Amino acid sequence: MVTKAINKNEASQSLQIIQRGIAVGFPIMVGYLPIAITYGVLAKQAGMSLLELTMMSVLVFAGASQFMGANMIAVGAGAVEIIVATFVLNFRHFVMSLSFMNRLRGIGLNWKVPLSLGLTDETFAVSSLHTKEAKMEKGTLFYTALIMTAYFSWVFGSFLGGVLGEIIPENLSQSMGIALYAMFIGLLIPSVKKEIKIGLIAIIAMLINALCSMFMSDGWAIVFGTVLGGLSGIYLLKEDHS
Amino acid sequence: MIFAIIIGMSLVTMIPRLVPAYIVDKIKFPDWANRWLNAIPYAALGALIFPGIMTVKADQPHVGLIGGFVAIILAYLGLNVILVVLGAIVTVFLFAL
Repeated sequence: MVTKAINKNEASQSLQIIQRGIAVGFPIMVGYLPIAITYGVLAKQAGMSLLELTMMSVLVFAGASQFMGANMIAVGAGAVEIIVATFVLNFRHFVMSLSFMNRLRGIGLNWKVPLSLGLTDETFAVSSLHTKEAKMEKGTLFYTALIMTAYFSWVFGSFLGGVLGEIIPENLSQSMGIALYAMFIGLLIPSVKKEIKIGLIAIIAMLINALCSMFMSDGWAIVFGTVLGGLSGIYLLKEDHS
Repeated sequence: MIFAIIIGMSLVTMIPRLVPAYIVDKIKFPDWANRWLNAIPYAALGALIFPGIMTVKADQPHVGLIGGFVAIILAYLGLNVILVVLGAIVTVFLFAL
């Protein structure tokens, strides 16, 4: 009787954490769906089959590089070129993963590995602003639910885009292009309101990115903006012991 | 052929995501490195927002900037992220008409 009650309690606690993860991941879903649909439409036009374009979302799960990949396939670029360009564009995830995994220290590799694979700009940004859960007993469930919400909406949206083809009016899908930027802004501003120095770190990163993108690829410019902009945190976050 | 490209893209995307999971327990970062890693999310957000936001409407960089400005105001007012996103989409849609 007693153990049964405890089990039940534990199960409902897990369920609650999973629900919270889905709720926190919901804005990513809103941001991903239109972009994934646009990707599906573009990839179809680039000559990829529905299976190919959906599998790319399943296996790669990185928006910008998939757009680029579909584009390069359309213009007949070689496999090596496409793969190297993808590496350059996605190398920023190494830095993000290092930051995320540093918070998840002490959690077993059996959780760290799948969580690291689900890391995108968006899942990283949202997870990093929910740091309490990393220390909670069932925190891994929270991050898993968040990432799965994002992952399924990305895969489903891509498939839907491939099916829908050109039904979606262009000025609507173009307007949706602001969605992820608005989400990044919506994530950043509350932290800036709490600590103005955080805004300074972000602005420094923006300027470094803008400067670098004049003479290197977008992928590397974001890497430099993130790494060098983050260095300013060594001084700016000094008194903050959070 | 396309599947070979997809597998290749998958591998070069997975490896940089995966490597930190294996190395992070093997090294103890000094205090300054932890502060650096804690600042990474904010720096990444900054770098992801700008200058990319100006490409929302390729030939008209001001459209993305106006959408971003609306997002800043809505977020500053304390609205939920979803409402911030929807507000920005509506703004850009009205400008694109």
